[in-house]
Amino acid sequence: MRKIQVEQIISAVESLCIRSNIELPQDVRIALDKALEDEASPLGREIIKDIIKNTEIAKEEYIPICQDTGFAVFFLKLGQDVQIVGGNLNDAINEGVRRGYTNGYLRKSIVTDPFLKRVNTKDNTPAIIHTEIVPGDKLTITIAPKGGGSENMSALRMLKPADGVEGIKNFVIETVDKAGSNPCPPIVVGVGVGGTIDMTTLIAKKALLRPLGEHHPQPEVAALEKELLEEINKLGIGPQGFGGTTTALAVNIETFPAHIASMPVAINIQCHVARHMEVEI
Amino acid sequence: MAKTISSPLTEDIINELKSGDRVLLNGIIYTGRDSAHKRLVEMLNRNEELPVDLKGQVIYYVGPCPAKPGAVIGSAGPTTSGRMDAYAPILLEYGLKGMIGKGLRSQAVKDSMVKHGAVYFAAIGGAGALLAQCIREAEVVAFPDLGPEAIYKLKVENFPLTVVIDRNGNDLYATGRDKYKKI
Repeated sequence: MRKIQVEQIISAVESLCIRSNIELPQDVRIALDKALEDEASPLGREIIKDIIKNTEIAKEEYIPICQDTGFAVFFLKLGQDVQIVGGNLNDAINEGVRRGYTNGYLRKSIVTDPFLKRVNTKDNTPAIIHTEIVPGDKLTITIAPKGGGSENMSALRMLKPADGVEGIKNFVIETVDKAGSNPCPPIVVGVGVGGTIDMTTLIAKKALLRPLGEHHPQPEVAALEKELLEEINKLGIGPQGFGGTTTALAVNIETFPAHIASMPVAINIQCHVARHMEVEI
Repeated sequence: MAKTISSPLTEDIINELKSGDRVLLNGIIYTGRDSAHKRLVEMLNRNEELPVDLKGQVIYYVGPCPAKPGAVIGSAGPTTSGRMDAYAPILLEYGLKGMIGKGLRSQAVKDSMVKHGAVYFAAIGGAGALLAQCIREAEVVAFPDLGPEAIYKLKVENFPLTVVIDRNGNDLYATGRDKYKKI
């Protein structure tokens, strides 16, 4: 058994919280640069220029790209030969979040309960933690801070197997169309198909972690990603919804085997501040 | 080319601004989002005096990040305006003249804007660092207990905005899309 001290996890998480909110992944920057070249609307190009300038200011000033520094969502891959010592794993993640959001001057956006008092927890805890046990003796921590504006435009539908691929396409287009300017386009569209409602939504969120421009390994799924991106960009919504040809930067689809009776589809919408960062301990 | 305007907005400026214009705003604006709106409207319903007089003023839907030591404010981009739709007509009737946010507004808000002569501007959603640079002064003036949702009085300089809905009810979110829609 390899031993990992909780202190090591806490400081890794603290740093991930701060860095992921300030440093935009390179693949997103590349996608924005390409969007600036391709965008047909002059106002849309001005907006994309400001979006890029914003990411540069964030890095120079070392302040968050967006004030909504999100719900701290974690994906952990815990090697089965790892022993956590000095405390427990979930507490360590939450302590890292507490320190990161406080010491990094990030906004605390979490309230204690959803519909009673809604009192701010003041340290952005609790985090949302998805843990997978994997072979090996490493711990991989991925953070994907998720803003409320784009999350609110996400959707789930229990389609019938007979709805087929057309049903998936219609649902995705309808969801993006309805969201319009609300989720801060250009957006990234994460789609999960298959499994049960919990798995469908989980893989839709995981789809957002895949680098933009990288497609699903299955050619039919990759083709659907490309087709949906083209169709979404014909909606006319454009940067910030002011009209244009760049409504989405990418569509990433993940699939899971389905029950003979079901074809659930989840759509997780992500704004252009498509933040995520990974560290291996 | 962006027009330079100042806040509070005069009747002349309001009449001049057209949906789709890019503007640079200078002057005083007030922040307010979900919880602050709820409280303001509750106070108006009870005929109480507001902690900030919003007559003739501009409100910015934002919940900023905390300021780093030595900074005026943390990142401060707009939040989704639609969540304030239930409250906006009441504030417009009271005398609010401008709203800054991002995203779609309801027909009730648009009707109220036309009736009372107000403008809806969008700031770039997700551009919190860039927008924070245009904020020169920030002071909490009401509801400090709400943390990021407290009402701040902000002094802005060349704050970049786009007029989405003008006082005649023209909506860039609809007209802009129509221009580029291909399906």
